[in-house]
Amino acid sequence: MLLSGADILVKTLIEQGCDTVFGYPGGQILNVYDSLYTHQNEIHHILTAHEQGAAHAADGYARTTGKVGVVISTSGPGATNLVTGIATAYLDSIPLIAICGNVPTTQIGSDSFQEIDITGVTLPITKHNYFVGSVEQLADTVREAFTLASSGRPGPVLIDVPKDVQIAKCEYTPKQPAQAEKPYAAKDIRIKEAAEYINAATRPYIYFGGGVITSAAQDEMLQLAEKIDAPIGCSLMGLSGIPTDHPRFLGMQGMHGHYASSMAMHNADLIISLGVRFNDRVTGNRAKFATKAKIIHIDVDGSELSKTVNAVCGLRGDVKLTLQGLLPLIKQSSKSDWNATVARFRAEEDDYLDNREGLTPRRAILTLNKHLGANTAVATDVGQHQMWSAQNLSFKSPRRFVSSGGLGTMGFGLGAAIGAAFGTKERSVLVTGDGSFGMCLNELATAVSYNVPVVILIMNNGVLGMVRQWQTLFFNKHYSNTVLDRKTDFVALARSFGADGVAVSTAEQLDAALATAFEHDGPFVIDCTIDKDEFVLPMLPPGGSMDDIIVKVGD
Amino acid sequence: MNRYTVAVLVRNQFGVLNRVTSMFRRRQFNISALTVSETESAEFSRITVVFDGEETYKQQLINQLYKLPDVCSIKEFTADNSISCELLLIKMQNDPATRDDIHAAAEAFHAATVDYSKDSFTLRLADDPRRVDDFINLMRDYKILEICRTGSVSLEKGSTTIRQTINF
Repeated sequence: MLLSGADILVKTLIEQGCDTVFGYPGGQILNVYDSLYTHQNEIHHILTAHEQGAAHAADGYARTTGKVGVVISTSGPGATNLVTGIATAYLDSIPLIAICGNVPTTQIGSDSFQEIDITGVTLPITKHNYFVGSVEQLADTVREAFTLASSGRPGPVLIDVPKDVQIAKCEYTPKQPAQAEKPYAAKDIRIKEAAEYINAATRPYIYFGGGVITSAAQDEMLQLAEKIDAPIGCSLMGLSGIPTDHPRFLGMQGMHGHYASSMAMHNADLIISLGVRFNDRVTGNRAKFATKAKIIHIDVDGSELSKTVNAVCGLRGDVKLTLQGLLPLIKQSSKSDWNATVARFRAEEDDYLDNREGLTPRRAILTLNKHLGANTAVATDVGQHQMWSAQNLSFKSPRRFVSSGGLGTMGFGLGAAIGAAFGTKERSVLVTGDGSFGMCLNELATAVSYNVPVVILIMNNGVLGMVRQWQTLFFNKHYSNTVLDRKTDFVALARSFGADGVAVSTAEQLDAALATAFEHDGPFVIDCTIDKDEFVLPMLPPGGSMDDIIVKVGD
Repeated sequence: MNRYTVAVLVRNQFGVLNRVTSMFRRRQFNISALTVSETESAEFSRITVVFDGEETYKQQLINQLYKLPDVCSIKEFTADNSISCELLLIKMQNDPATRDDIHAAAEAFHAATVDYSKDSFTLRLADDPRRVDDFINLMRDYKILEICRTGSVSLEKGSTTIRQTINF
């Protein structure tokens, strides 16, 4: 059937199983929006307040569903507004397709109105990008983009579609949804090698990240842990990968990780790392990182193996399939000495836990936990509230922690929480700070327009808390530009957007406010006052090691 | 520090060289020489990359190249398993006192004189990059006005080709 490029684009999205897109219209993408109007019964477009919010929403949708998120924008500023969202998805390996309009091919390169070389701009932050030069390439380009975004290590793909390509017509034949490339296990010889190291280990520690969630390898990982009697820890991106209350789970490790988890990793003789990339926030000083351990590293992206830390055995392959190959070669064993040591670390951690009375950050998150359903997605922004959430949130199912781990994007949260609510078809939660929320609060308009049930918990301390913490510790308390002390009334602000909210300053008030929020029809803001000098602890100072860990203020 | 030569078969598409060099730039890979050209098939271009580094550096560069969807195949070359060739144009000052010595050296290296004027002459040499280095070093005893070299191109010895190892 003979169709315009705009219709082909929308029909191909539908053909690929996409029923929800996020975006913002504009001059050079008008034809596509006209086609979205025609096909509004088959594909639901969510209009955000800003293209960045749309990109984060598509990202939150992808993180919670495992499907490819799709965001649409116009050329020029519309396209550049996507950049932070695309980079966020890139650093966290999230499958995302960004579609931008552009000026007609005849005007490309002439600095036309709202023309930008967006394929050039996004080259380093996409898995791949396409400039579609003719309408004949359009459908297959979109299909290839779906395959690329979801294959191997997922990531964002951008498609730049000039206006005349949207108008031009060509023959369109529907096809089956593109499949991700077939995952493969690591080579047998590597699996055998890894099995020998694992069978010889006396103090193994399983360390997993986002790769385990992507490949849905939870069961295999838990089987391995049972077989070798090992504790499990994770990176920020691994959170929600297994239930927080699993008896083998020690929590996140790293700069603000759980003491027991970081100590177990530090004292292990073998670290079995699954779908992680040993970021600097995880290792601290690499020369002093886990010096007693050998490292086995399984990752679908071969370039991660021995990129930052040396692995004795690097296995390139899908985590799930590789573990399936590995499990039969692993001998059942119990490691009572090692687990006694780990239990001691846990006991020490309990001593360090913040059990002060009042509305402490930890108590705020623990109070939130009581209200979370088994399937509730919790998004965060970036800063102290993100770390308090990572340390204390209780997860029951995978893909329910939505946080910018790699790029650390303040302003990510609200868009992502909206996308998560659409993805899970359930109420979602945003934990944010007054600083981060100030960067993205325009998306309250979106949440109100679509009556998105999102509980927004602002941990309001009037300062940029994480930066302030560093200034306290490392910059002689020179609080340079981190004292916000703004006069914003977040409850009045919520009401002005058409939402509702309440301010709280005690744990009891917070509990009651959360009860209201989780019953509320639509977005609900809780402005929760937190002391400005609260710390995220424990803390490994940047470039430090476990010898430098700060577990209590005044250390 | 070792010198490595890697041939990369890429999809012959607009902007592909930019994708490859942009990756080198953002990951701080320092490249000594890079050539790109069409191949026996219009579908592919071939990039030859020469760089210095340790084994892990080389492996990381190759791993990162493989992540680019336009990269179809990569071959690592050694002096033993491959033929390499580079083209040099070198412009020398035409001084009667040194002219004969330079021409004797040129003859020994099979470099041809491709331009000649009262004050200068230009020599052309196509040879293994190390021989090209040797020749340039020899010329440093005289007055070099200008040098232009293409960077190395390489093919594997025998009948094996890079397209036999394409992995899409």
